[in-house]
Amino acid sequence: MGAAAIVNIVVCVKRVPDTAAEKKLDPNDFTLDRDSVESIMNPVDEYGVEEALKLKEVHEGEITILTMGPEPADKNAVRKALALGADKGMLVTDDRLHGSDAMATAYVLALALAQVEFDLVILGSESTDARTSLVPQALGQLMGMTALTNAKKLEVSDGKVTIHREEEGGYSVIESELPAIVSVVKGINEPRYATLKGIMSAKQKEVQVLSGDDLGIDPAMVGLDGSKSEVIEAIPRPPRQQGEVVKDDGDGHVKLADFLQQHKFI
Amino acid sequence: MGELWVVVDHEKGEPKKVSFQMLSAGRRIAEKLGHDLVGVFAGTGFEAAKEKLAKYGAGKVLVAESEEVEGYLVQPSVDLLTKLVQERSPEVVLFASVPYGKDLASGVAAKVGAGILADVVDIEPQDGGLVCAMSVFGGAMNTKCRIKGTPQIICVKPNAFVAEEAPAEAAEERIEVQVSDDAKRVKIADRVQQEAGGRPGVEEASIIVSGGRGLGGPENFRIVEELADVIGAAVGASRAAVDAGWYPHQHQVGQTGKTVSPQLYIAVGISGAIQHRAGMQTSKTIVAINKDADAPIFGLTDFGLVGDLFKVVPALTEELKKRKGG
Ligand SMILES: Cc1cc2nc3c(=O)[nH]c(=O)nc-3n(C[C@H](O)[C@H](O)[C@H](O)COP(=O)(O)OP(=O)(O)OC[C@H]3O[C@@H](n4cnc5c(N)ncnc54)[C@H](O)[C@@H]3O)c2cc1C
Ligand SMILES: Nc1ncnc2c1ncn2[C@@H]1O[C@H](COP(=O)(O)O)[C@@H](O)[C@H]1O
Repeated sequence: MGAAAIVNIVVCVKRVPDTAAEKKLDPNDFTLDRDSVESIMNPVDEYGVEEALKLKEVHEGEITILTMGPEPADKNAVRKALALGADKGMLVTDDRLHGSDAMATAYVLALALAQVEFDLVILGSESTDARTSLVPQALGQLMGMTALTNAKKLEVSDGKVTIHREEEGGYSVIESELPAIVSVVKGINEPRYATLKGIMSAKQKEVQVLSGDDLGIDPAMVGLDGSKSEVIEAIPRPPRQQGEVVKDDGDGHVKLADFLQQHKFI
Repeated sequence: MGELWVVVDHEKGEPKKVSFQMLSAGRRIAEKLGHDLVGVFAGTGFEAAKEKLAKYGAGKVLVAESEEVEGYLVQPSVDLLTKLVQERSPEVVLFASVPYGKDLASGVAAKVGAGILADVVDIEPQDGGLVCAMSVFGGAMNTKCRIKGTPQIICVKPNAFVAEEAPAEAAEERIEVQVSDDAKRVKIADRVQQEAGGRPGVEEASIIVSGGRGLGGPENFRIVEELADVIGAAVGASRAAVDAGWYPHQHQVGQTGKTVSPQLYIAVGISGAIQHRAGMQTSKTIVAINKDADAPIFGLTDFGLVGDLFKVVPALTEELKKRKGG
């Protein structure tokens, strides 16, 4: 094998509220009060960062972390990825972005990506808060590309990317020339932990903070007003009514079969 | 009078159940709004699908059949649907809220600049528009949303709607398919089937039986599979079981797996950690089998059985076989 070609990678990372934490929504516009809850890097995005780090071990190149969200919290999410070994960060932050939906987010990310040179963009297959999974393919299309979604295996060689796309009962092998945009699923790798050295060195790394104007964003396309979907009601899910709990005394299976039959499952 | 489109989710002409569910929901909405219900079929195998779709109300179907489309990932279909939407301006387009359907839908929405909602479980016409319901934050919050402008692109969660027959006369309009060079950049080189067919996938299934760490090892997933097969269920798994390598990841239910809302969810040897609940707590009926009476999963159940799964589950499987037979 000759010298590996340079592969520059951008990983899109989102900060999300911790699943275990209680969420509060702003009663006026139903957006998440992101500062009132514990937040973490979207768990699936950790796999995206790890995949980039693994590629970098083989190919030369730079890893840029791209996040859209408010400061300072989202800067911390970017720093977390830098501590793992990514090279630099890009944070798009602007009050006018508040309340952007998946499509508006994809629009902003596409404009941010227009500012960097990349061979590969990696996203998570979905975020745990909204879980829409809409951003990766919307971003692909806005960039005039097709996103290779739901990779459970990813390989880059000779200017080509090949993924195993997770599907029901198996997978498809998908190929594309670089540059490409890929989303990865949980389990594609085993994310590493940050070392103390990594955390220290992350403080020195550059995080470029960009405003809407820096990217030439059309305000009519973003935020609550620019988003084409709107939330009109949000209420905590009422707790489930607990039903019968039976202790098995040898006939538990009969009682359960009765229950299933009464409810017409057999 | 506008049109409401249902983009048929199918495997080589065999429609997925969600397609019939979307047609039934679509018909109800179209009637209320005075729209025409139109099916959209892209791919191959329409002859096999035709009668079935008509039975659920898809009188008119736009048919774009092409072998070529199958060789490339989503782009030929995204381009085709984008063109159709731009030419014919439907009011509403329904897609299946499954990975492939969402890829298509978000691709089309991005290209036509339309609003889109995913994981929708209810749709109500209101003030001339549509109000869609979905749950977010792992089922912790129920929200209602609206889309501004048209077309309104809505991804419908499998099993959210009941499929009802409403025979219509089959009529098709053939659409010419052109695959551009750009659409050929991302190729499908191979399809690998790892699991025997026959069992439904977790996202589509109306019943799911899931196994967790309580099973103790990969070989014991057989116990779960046997129960699943008597009741026509899909097999799910907790993260603990998947991470241990006992079952493939595409079966994982929860925060970092699939979010499901089947009619019936049976948790076997699963404690019910919040990250697991995030993927299944919107199931209509929940049953758990666990030897620990304090397991948090019992906080969600309609029927809980405290007992040893190695005794209870095989006995249940036999009991159900007996009842089905007699
Ligand atoms: C960021 C993050 C994301 C996560 N995402 C997910 C996710 O997507 N899905 C998910 O499931 N988890 C997820 N988890 C993990 C989750 O927190 C739990 O660790 C996991 O769900 C536990 O799986 P389990 O219930 O199978 O195992 P355990 O919690 O070990 O439970 C096993 C249960 O089996 C019972 N049992 C044992 N033997 C028997 C027997 N003979 N008969 C009957 N019952 C028996 C026990 O009483 C126990 O309740 C996530 C965690 C984190 C931090
Ligand atoms: N605000 C954001 N900033 C950066 N990346 C994002 C953002 N929102 C979504 N993404 C990326 O898109 C993926 C899918 O998110 P979603 O479509 O919201 O489920 C995530 O895993 C991220 O990689």
